[in-house]
Amino acid sequence: MDSQVVRKTKVVVIGNGMVGHHFVEQLVELSKKEQVIEITVLSAESRLAYDRVHLSEYFAGKSAADLAMTDEETYQNWQINFAVDAKVSHIDKDEKFVETEQGQRYDYDKLVLATGSYPFVPPIPGKDQEHCLVYRTIDDLEAINASAKVSKVGVVIGGGLLGLEAANALKQLGLKTHVVEFAPQLMGVQVDAGGGRLLKDKINQLGVEVHTSKATSEIIAGEQSRYKLCFSDGSELETDLILFSAGIRPYDNLARSFDLAVGERGGIVIDNQCQTSTKNIYAIGECALWNNFIFGLVAPGYAMAKVAAEHILGQSAEFTGADMSTKLKLMGVEVGSIGDAHAKAAGSLCYTYENQPNGVYKKIVINADKTQLLGAVLIGDTSEYDTLLQYMLNGIELPESPEALILPMAADKPALGVDALPDSATICSCHNVTKGDIVSAIDNGACTVGDVKSCTKASSGCGGCTALVKNVTDSILEQRGVEVKKDICEHFAYSRRELFDIVKVEKITTFEQLLSSHGQGLGCEVCKPLTASILASVWNDYILEKSHVGLQDTNDTFLANMQKDGTYSVVPRIAAGEITPDKLIVLGEVAKKYNLYTKITGGQRVDLFGARVEQLPLIWQELVEAGFETGHAYGKSLRTVKSCVGSSWCRYGVQDSISMAILLENRYKGLRAPHKIKFAVSGCTRECAEAQSKDIGIIATDKGWNLYVCGNGGMKPRHGDLFATDLDDETLVKYIDRVLMFYVNTGDRLQRTSVWMDNLAGGLSYLQSVVIEDSLQISTELEKQMQSIVGTYQCEWKTTLADPEALKRFKPFVNSDKADSNIVFVEERQQIRPAYPHERIPVQVSDNEPKTSLEKSSAQSAKIVEPA
Amino acid sequence: MSLNSESSQKWQTICQLDDLVSNAGVCALLEQTNSTLNDSEQVAIFHLPNTEQQVYAIGNYDPIGQANVLYRGIVGNIGDDIVVASPLYKQHFSLRTGQCLQEDAKVKNYPVRIVDQQVQLLV
Repeated sequence: MDSQVVRKTKVVVIGNGMVGHHFVEQLVELSKKEQVIEITVLSAESRLAYDRVHLSEYFAGKSAADLAMTDEETYQNWQINFAVDAKVSHIDKDEKFVETEQGQRYDYDKLVLATGSYPFVPPIPGKDQEHCLVYRTIDDLEAINASAKVSKVGVVIGGGLLGLEAANALKQLGLKTHVVEFAPQLMGVQVDAGGGRLLKDKINQLGVEVHTSKATSEIIAGEQSRYKLCFSDGSELETDLILFSAGIRPYDNLARSFDLAVGERGGIVIDNQCQTSTKNIYAIGECALWNNFIFGLVAPGYAMAKVAAEHILGQSAEFTGADMSTKLKLMGVEVGSIGDAHAKAAGSLCYTYENQPNGVYKKIVINADKTQLLGAVLIGDTSEYDTLLQYMLNGIELPESPEALILPMAADKPALGVDALPDSATICSCHNVTKGDIVSAIDNGACTVGDVKSCTKASSGCGGCTALVKNVTDSILEQRGVEVKKDICEHFAYSRRELFDIVKVEKITTFEQLLSSHGQGLGCEVCKPLTASILASVWNDYILEKSHVGLQDTNDTFLANMQKDGTYSVVPRIAAGEITPDKLIVLGEVAKKYNLYTKITGGQRVDLFGARVEQLPLIWQELVEAGFETGHAYGKSLRTVKSCVGSSWCRYGVQDSISMAILLENRYKGLRAPHKIKFAVSGCTRECAEAQSKDIGIIATDKGWNLYVCGNGGMKPRHGDLFATDLDDETLVKYIDRVLMFYVNTGDRLQRTSVWMDNLAGGLSYLQSVVIEDSLQISTELEKQMQSIVGTYQCEWKTTLADPEALKRFKPFVNSDKADSNIVFVEERQQIRPAYPHERIPVQVSDNEPKTSLEKSSAQSAKIVEPA
Repeated sequence: MSLNSESSQKWQTICQLDDLVSNAGVCALLEQTNSTLNDSEQVAIFHLPNTEQQVYAIGNYDPIGQANVLYRGIVGNIGDDIVVASPLYKQHFSLRTGQCLQEDAKVKNYPVRIVDQQVQLLV
């Protein structure tokens, strides 16, 4: 030992999983002032701690670095000694040191075992072959990824929470995926039989085949696939890849070898201070057995880590068990489990609600005298999870009719506002953050949700409490009179919704009026197009009305889509993608005449690229004469209604999806909204039009139409929510009118319907109550607004062509009839495209010659194309 | 205003005030009288009747998006700067100086005056 007067306490931590890392974090934080601790971390893995809870996101594109919870630099800054690939093989309890397999020796005063667990692989003959894998570490994921590349079919053995996550990963990797479960139901720990049944149905519908009550007896060579699973009931299943997810077992081999007490079925026995049978050795997380129970979740592990850290520093702390409630989304299916999900408590009573058509199952378990919530199971819709959890954790007395907590559209649904929560209410159970902690964070200066997150760590664990943290934060800030800023820009201290109401109520018709009465300055590229869009939504004026011209984005000004070289693309409306051969020929002829690059769009239309500003009116003159209308591809407005051929041609179609799509496209064309809107109509459940990825999706049933709302493809895909089923034509249109107009009235600037829905307090059920039940009594007004827009539709190109003033805008130069010489095309696959910089040939030329030559180049493979 | 080499510069009439569009831009072609490497320059001319200077002229070529598009941007103010936002990638260019507010880029700016309803640039 060195000659320091105060000898530092040496703490050695074996294992650097999430819990081991959390322990280090806690110890560093708690001991900060005194520097009395010297920490050594030994990790058997090749990486420092990473986020195993979100492991499946590795397949969705996250890298190992994204999942990392710490890095070498951080540990160095914290002055922590650490070693990776350092597996401890020896503990000397008397001399108080540990030794790694490589023979490195580390002395300790306090030893912490955070060795975690390993996946249990059942002793099935044939289990040790290649392509028989587990799902636990990043290395495992890399092995799965490699195996999936040479596999077509994958089977997950084990239908628990992790098994279903693993199945999702296989599905994302493109494998035909099966789940085999020994028990008669999925997720037997968290979910009851009724919920398990529904969960199985839903997961089957998602294309993952679930086989319950199947015991695998042998893995042998397959005939079509690499392997064949033989089940004890004589049935078989062929597969290329096998993933075991049959539960976890604690990594307690060190404890066994060096005489620490372990449980009958494994696990290092700990007391309430997380001490093992040897008092200066602690165990935390999934390797620890407390009260004969192993906690397989991260939150209890974190709680243990904190207790151990506090105890080592001489503070009093106690681990007294943990709430195992959990909420997650498995393959898009929402699943929630709270407390006593199986109603095991003596005398407990249940309320159950099941909605098979919509795939929703909810159950609450209450005590015998109907005053306390003991547990709950939620499948398909977890919107009540936060409320129910708070009832359970805080022992809040139940309302008179507890069933109202889970019944949809219950008239007097007891809303447990965040204000009603006591300060002791746990908001984030991973990091044990209470409402009181958030209050004091705000007292200490936090003034946004982000601030609260970074100083309390709330919602940085499993993330399940994100919405709740936001609500609590907003509510406290609001109580403090802190304005939650929603201003759209420096010129208007209002949100889009507020401006929309102002325009409507005060009958404002120009930007100048709005600016002088409610704004300041000159405006900008945010508030001007926003105002133009609101004016169009409310009054449906011609958008190139003189007073609106300066407000429009260039796409709206020129009624076309600007491309990277300043030229435009032209998209005529082809409602539902249906077009006559004659009209198709017109498109071809126009494209040929003006030498436009031609491409079929994702919305079943034709896009003509490379038109110069001055060509737009000429092109549209021909298109309008041939009967085409503008496609609004340039506007924040309805784009297309995609369709399949439905019952008119298809063998499987059950409704006429083309006629419906044409009707809808013609009804809503020209509607200006906070962002673009896309529709699709599928003629049967095969869903060839991909309607569930659209803002408004319609899928035919044999009784009518199922309506899906607020789906999205693009950057952040979201499946539409099933809004209503088996509608007749009239009701369908009525509901769409109301949904769209409600969105137009309340959406934020550039907010797609998917994000709008995610931010709508009350979500889907609230929107249903507004639209179907008319709970706000605004449906007549919404329909009236829509009717007025439908009734005042005009083709903007037709109007423009008839207006000489408007046509002046298409002149490229105010003082010349020349064309822009900077626009240069080259030829590729028999069509034009903009030249890349290296394909342009700068040449020295005499007066009035363009600086970029348009002459054909012999030196370049690309051919410079003469302007049409 | 940059008034370097005044001697060689002259006021050139570009168009009528009526040809401009209120609170928006138009584009003009500057025919070069003295031969240089540059061909005819494109100038974006903006009319903001509610500001002191009223008419502004800057180069039309967006050096970031690399296309002749600035006149098609939306005009307004960012704090004290009167700006146009490029329609391609939305960077703001000061109408008084041609300086880009977000990136290290600049376009030319031209002194402008109105004489008898005629828009003149010093070139």
